Amino acid sequence: MALSGVEIFKHLPKTNCKKCGFPTCLAFAMKLAAKQASLDLCPDASEEAKAFLGAASEPPIRAITIGAGEKALKVGEETVLFRHEKKFINPCGFALLIKDTDADIEARAKSVAASEIERVGQKLRVELVAVQNESGDPGKFADAVKKVTENAPNAGIILISTDTAALESALGGLAGKKPLIYAATAENADKMVAIAKAAGASLVVKADGLDALSGLTEKIAAAGFKDMVLDPGARKSKDMVEQYTQIRRAAVKKSLKPLGYPVISFAVDKDPYVELSLAAVGIAKYASIIVVSDISRWKTLAMMALRQNVYTDPQVPMQVGQNVYKVGDAKAESPLMITTNFSLTYFIVLGEVENSKVPAWLAVMETEGLSVLTSWAAGKFTAAKIAQYIQESGVEKNVSHKELIIPGYVAVLSGALEEKLPGWKITVGPREANALPAFLKNKSAAA
Amino acid sequence: MAFVVPKETFSGKVFEVEIGTGPKAVKIGGENTLPFLSFEGALPNKPVVACEVQDVPPEDWPETLREAYKDVSSDPVGWARHCQDAMGAQAVALRLISTHPDRQNRTPEEAAKTVSDVLAAIDVPLVILGSNHAEKDAQVLKAACEAAKGRNCLIGKAQEANYKTIVATAMAAGHKIIAMSDLDVNLSKQLNILITQMGFEKDRIVTDPMSSALGYGIEYTYSVMERIRGACLMQNDATMSPPLINDIGMYVWKVKETIAPESDLPDWGPVAERAIGWETTTAMGLLMAGSDMLIMRHPKAIATVRMMIDDLA
Repeated sequence: MALSGVEIFKHLPKTNCKKCGFPTCLAFAMKLAAKQASLDLCPDASEEAKAFLGAASEPPIRAITIGAGEKALKVGEETVLFRHEKKFINPCGFALLIKDTDADIEARAKSVAASEIERVGQKLRVELVAVQNESGDPGKFADAVKKVTENAPNAGIILISTDTAALESALGGLAGKKPLIYAATAENADKMVAIAKAAGASLVVKADGLDALSGLTEKIAAAGFKDMVLDPGARKSKDMVEQYTQIRRAAVKKSLKPLGYPVISFAVDKDPYVELSLAAVGIAKYASIIVVSDISRWKTLAMMALRQNVYTDPQVPMQVGQNVYKVGDAKAESPLMITTNFSLTYFIVLGEVENSKVPAWLAVMETEGLSVLTSWAAGKFTAAKIAQYIQESGVEKNVSHKELIIPGYVAVLSGALEEKLPGWKITVGPREANALPAFLKNKSAAA
Repeated sequence: MAFVVPKETFSGKVFEVEIGTGPKAVKIGGENTLPFLSFEGALPNKPVVACEVQDVPPEDWPETLREAYKDVSSDPVGWARHCQDAMGAQAVALRLISTHPDRQNRTPEEAAKTVSDVLAAIDVPLVILGSNHAEKDAQVLKAACEAAKGRNCLIGKAQEANYKTIVATAMAAGHKIIAMSDLDVNLSKQLNILITQMGFEKDRIVTDPMSSALGYGIEYTYSVMERIRGACLMQNDATMSPPLINDIGMYVWKVKETIAPESDLPDWGPVAERAIGWETTTAMGLLMAGSDMLIMRHPKAIATVRMMIDDLA
């Protein structure tokens, strides 16, 4: 919850000296409340005022970074419960669980390194590895961690152990790598915090019930350590929905600082479809790190797609680049079609053209990510603009004909387009993409 | 600072809608809070999964899906019985796809016969779906409503272009209807108003926000649903209070991820698991957004989702 101007005013010098550039302290306070000015502008602000405002301007959920360098994962900083209010800020990370007793640690780590795919122009991957000290043996644990860092050098590391010797052994090889340590409980918090502090690591805090959990994080924060991640203990879907919702509500609606930390979710089940479903629950319902026991490619494809979808900015539609795309083994005589660069439009149209098995050229025009009908209504997909694009794109070099197929929903543009593209024939295609296979097959049969 | 469970109380409640007759009738909706938050509210009914069958053999379905029904899908009656008896389906959704003008273009009378035959063979509730050709559906669903009189079916879908005929017959024959509009909260509200202005009771409607597959627009469906449910609960808006239905099979089973063989895309893994995972994840996402009913296709996806619903509700 943001501070009001009046609340901020109480902490200002109230001298109306104007050094900040505003006529009165109250006016300055209003600007601070609106985040249109910084407290730095006031040379007379007290230390108390700085501390107060600093705390109030922190995001409701602390930012936590795991890993270092370009591929580090940042989570937290969320501010809302519903993506339609405001976009979710930091997509959750996925972690593969590896036990130090696993026979195939190297292969499993390699699969994390090889997990990257591209979808709608974004690179998506499994970002983390959680190494569990199942053996109880510090040497075996450190060895496992070493195998993981060698075979998945870009993966952030979660260390699952509460044994001091094992942790220190493993941490030896992780200097500067900002791992996440799992986990501190009421019994061992002091020890675990000391280890995390010394290693520059963040720390999962685990307790039974949110009352106990907030009490514990409060204690740890009071001792000066704040890089915490929460495990409220949910392992079944119902508990996940309830607990993660309560935590998010407490943090963003009640400004309850003790629960203002990212959540780690263990979506682990022998049944891969159940594991996938548990991951889906976490992705939708506020988890920041989701640990799974298996990252088969068919499974991570769905997980990554859902994460991408949930975390998309609802105000900014996803777009693909303006280009003339070759579909299949398109040749000079292949049909030429045009559509808009809304990524959903592109994917659906592309998919249907591929389904038709008719090679074709797909000219995708920049319309600020709007669909065919929306961009037409907004004056971005007009005869003039389409003509200009066709002429400037150089697409004439790809094709031996001069026929352009336009989406059925903008049939009304065909006359004007023929005027603006002299020598070109405009053919109206189907309105719905799923009619494209029939349309293109008929066309190539007639040709 | 002692932790107080942040409970919310809402002034609104989702309408409860019953479909079917007899001991196997099901109820959906009735909840007075956001999805699955039983710590703060009542969830009288679990979301229901209806198993889709079609009135012609589904030659256009991907291999993975056809395989699951290969011994039963040649005849809608046998197929519906298989869903009820072998799969333990809570409800069957019969899609009269053959009536589409671009398909077999079967008549309303032929569709009505199929409906009667299927109803004679099952006792779980029946959802009756047109082919999504608005004009033809008006006639087809009119005939279907009459053939199904007395069985309290869920008839879909009534859209802005064709709702008058469908609503009138559904009213006369005592059925519930699915009202669908294009991924827009205001259009959904408007359609419900138009329908209730005809005298159709507001708590006999089920809202289809228009679904989309994972990776192909699910976030639009997801947020429209959350906004509709928010308006119901927080503003007690009766026009937003029908339960929500998601007809996902028809969207999921035409995307590349459920069709392309692994040989085409080795990075995507085996197609059968991938496709089932795609339908499962689509369903799970929409359950999180407030789905009260899902129309699904693959038996394995249905089984997993039903297990998850049992855990959640």
